Amino acid sequence: MKKLLALALAAAMSLSLCACGGGNSSGGSTSGNAGGSAPQQGSATAPEGESDGFKVGAIYINSQNDTAGYTFQHHNGITTAMKNLGLDPATDLLIVDNVKEDYTAVSNAVDTLANQGANIIFGISFGYIDAMNDKAEDYPDIAFSHATGYMSNDTNFNNYFGRIYQARYLAGIAAGMKSLEIGNNAIGYVAAYNLEYAETCSGINGFALGAQSVNPDAVIYVNKIDTWGDENLERQAAQALIDTYHCGVISQHCDSAQPQLVAAENSAFGCGYNSDMTEQAPAAHLTSAIWHWNVYYETAIHAAMGCTDQNGKVDGSHFVDAMGGNAYYAGLAEGFVDASPLNESIAAPNTQAVMDAVRELIVSGSWDVFSGVKLSYNIGEDGSVEVVQTEAPLMSNGYELKDGEVVEMANPEIVPAGGPSVDDGVIKGSMNYNVAGVVTG
Amino acid sequence: MNDSVQVLTLFLFNIVLVNIPLLYGTVGEILTEKAGSLNLGVEGTMAVGAIFGYLAGCAANSISVGLAVAFLSAGLCGLLFALLTVSLQANQNVTGLTITTFGLGLYFFVGKGLGDRWPTMTACDGLVQGFAALEIPGLSRLPLVGKALFSHSPLVYLGVGIALLVWWYLTFTRPGLRLRAVGENPAAADSVGVNILLYKYVHLVAGSGIMGLGGFYMALYMSGSFEGSNCWINGYGWIAIALVIFSNWNPLLAILGTLVFGFFNTLQIYAMPLAAAFPGALGWLNSVPPHLFKALPFLITAIVLVASSIREREGSGQPAALGLNYYREER
Repeated sequence: MKKLLALALAAAMSLSLCACGGGNSSGGSTSGNAGGSAPQQGSATAPEGESDGFKVGAIYINSQNDTAGYTFQHHNGITTAMKNLGLDPATDLLIVDNVKEDYTAVSNAVDTLANQGANIIFGISFGYIDAMNDKAEDYPDIAFSHATGYMSNDTNFNNYFGRIYQARYLAGIAAGMKSLEIGNNAIGYVAAYNLEYAETCSGINGFALGAQSVNPDAVIYVNKIDTWGDENLERQAAQALIDTYHCGVISQHCDSAQPQLVAAENSAFGCGYNSDMTEQAPAAHLTSAIWHWNVYYETAIHAAMGCTDQNGKVDGSHFVDAMGGNAYYAGLAEGFVDASPLNESIAAPNTQAVMDAVRELIVSGSWDVFSGVKLSYNIGEDGSVEVVQTEAPLMSNGYELKDGEVVEMANPEIVPAGGPSVDDGVIKGSMNYNVAGVVTG
Repeated sequence: MNDSVQVLTLFLFNIVLVNIPLLYGTVGEILTEKAGSLNLGVEGTMAVGAIFGYLAGCAANSISVGLAVAFLSAGLCGLLFALLTVSLQANQNVTGLTITTFGLGLYFFVGKGLGDRWPTMTACDGLVQGFAALEIPGLSRLPLVGKALFSHSPLVYLGVGIALLVWWYLTFTRPGLRLRAVGENPAAADSVGVNILLYKYVHLVAGSGIMGLGGFYMALYMSGSFEGSNCWINGYGWIAIALVIFSNWNPLLAILGTLVFGFFNTLQIYAMPLAAAFPGALGWLNSVPPHLFKALPFLITAIVLVASSIREREGSGQPAALGLNYYREER
């Protein structure tokens, strides 16, 4: 009797676990229609779709069921892009999720997707880079596309990233204007990492330059937490910035809204990241630097769909040609990145007008953030904004990261007065310094 | 820097503020383990207490309702654990791990299921006020320790109070003595008439309930913001299990252990301000790899574990029958 009861309880518990597992999708589950048109069902299958069964494959670092964060943003971008291109994510999107940054795990994920008939495979995390590079050679007729990386092979493997520093410059303007209004030059920045990654330090630099363009006395205090995702540490870091440096505005390079919530609880203000956080912190959040990943995914899927061999079958081997190069690096101009709608009810007066003027300038291509030309603004009584361009050197704060150690820079001048913008390769891959006015401890 | 003292005060303040859930988890686990049961489900139990306590607290706009529901829902996890391991003799380690998976799964299932209907804490002033700092008159004016120890939310004092109560219960009361006997040698306790089933069930449920209170604290500390990528508990449950060993199954030492673990946990965030405030004495903090701060408490636990195993058996607080199921018919 007891054994029977134990068996029944164990069965009930494992069943309920399965149900939750479905909600949380733990451990590399795959979804989507495996293997295309299901030949084992006989000939009575539905007619072939007009897209000729084009399949999109995706490898995610977290769960496809996430409701916020990095994977959520990409998943949203892919499904939106597919819908715009007439593909049905329910049947044409193949996913392997919760894939660690581990060579074998990524290789297996690629094999799984390839066996299911994927025509293009997206890998969204930096650490997938080596596995994707090798697997692209094993499957020459599948297009491979890797986010945030730098590898490519001229045929079927490219990488993609965006000029998020441009969006951060705009957010910096909003933060700088607010710091002027509240008379507090201390601005805090909760960062996952800083000099360790070009992505994070270029973001901090872009934000700092934006803030300094409206408030030359602004000081950006960076508190880095050395992890990409830890809501608890994000909260602690934001609180520490407010408590110890008396920061009046908190910006962030981390996924959760905790820094914005902390800002609200301390009657401070903030700029978010990745999603519009005004909903979570309406009394504090000014604007977020956000991605429109669907812009890239639509371009890439469209290009891959257009890649066909002489038999009319999808063939990824011209994918890089179709994308116009190995590296896709778009910004405000393409609508790949942007600042989320300004929270007008708390933003300083004229913030929107200044942001619009700078956005226009960047989109026109005549000026970029990391150049030897600084911006300042004449704001008329009627709210009109005149952008003033002054030639001035781009200076670092005097330190750089070399071989894992922060050392003094021989020459803190990054770009001479009037000089051209820092190379894209540096911004994407090797930037290892903070601009003047950034304090890291 | 004239506010270097203030930085130090804030550092001490945050050690308590951020890490008190560890104390709840540890004390709950001590109570469980003193009954001879090793419950590895602390993380999941705290998650269940956190989410149901928060949701109920929001619905009722009352912190006491939240506390009660957190205790009861987490207690149900303890009841499940007791049912499986005590009555049905299931393996304790496996069952505990199952409870963790189950609890975290339930946490995300409920949170994601609610979606846009998730209640925000700012809309529940009952919770906000209940969690607000309560300055103890007089004591909170003391320099340094006043802010660090005596101006916290009532839930911090509750956690310390529960730890003291459990210590008193285990050390000075007859039921506490019997409980320790159950954990040391259930057959002997049984032979002198202690109701093993009753003692195990009551203390496993109560222990899990205390863990749930810690989860509820965490929910309020995180302002009830459900993001769906990390769980609020974020590994605290696992640290609590390490802390039980660190504190040698003594709730008083658990308070100390919480502060030690918390010290390193908070140091990671405060390394930069502390180094700036005391450039001479603490400037070196900036060059310490932050991951070391995370690893140090576990290193200390390992050392304590080794030290306590070298020590005489009498000195160890580990119940002799810990992890072993008691089957009366085999006596």
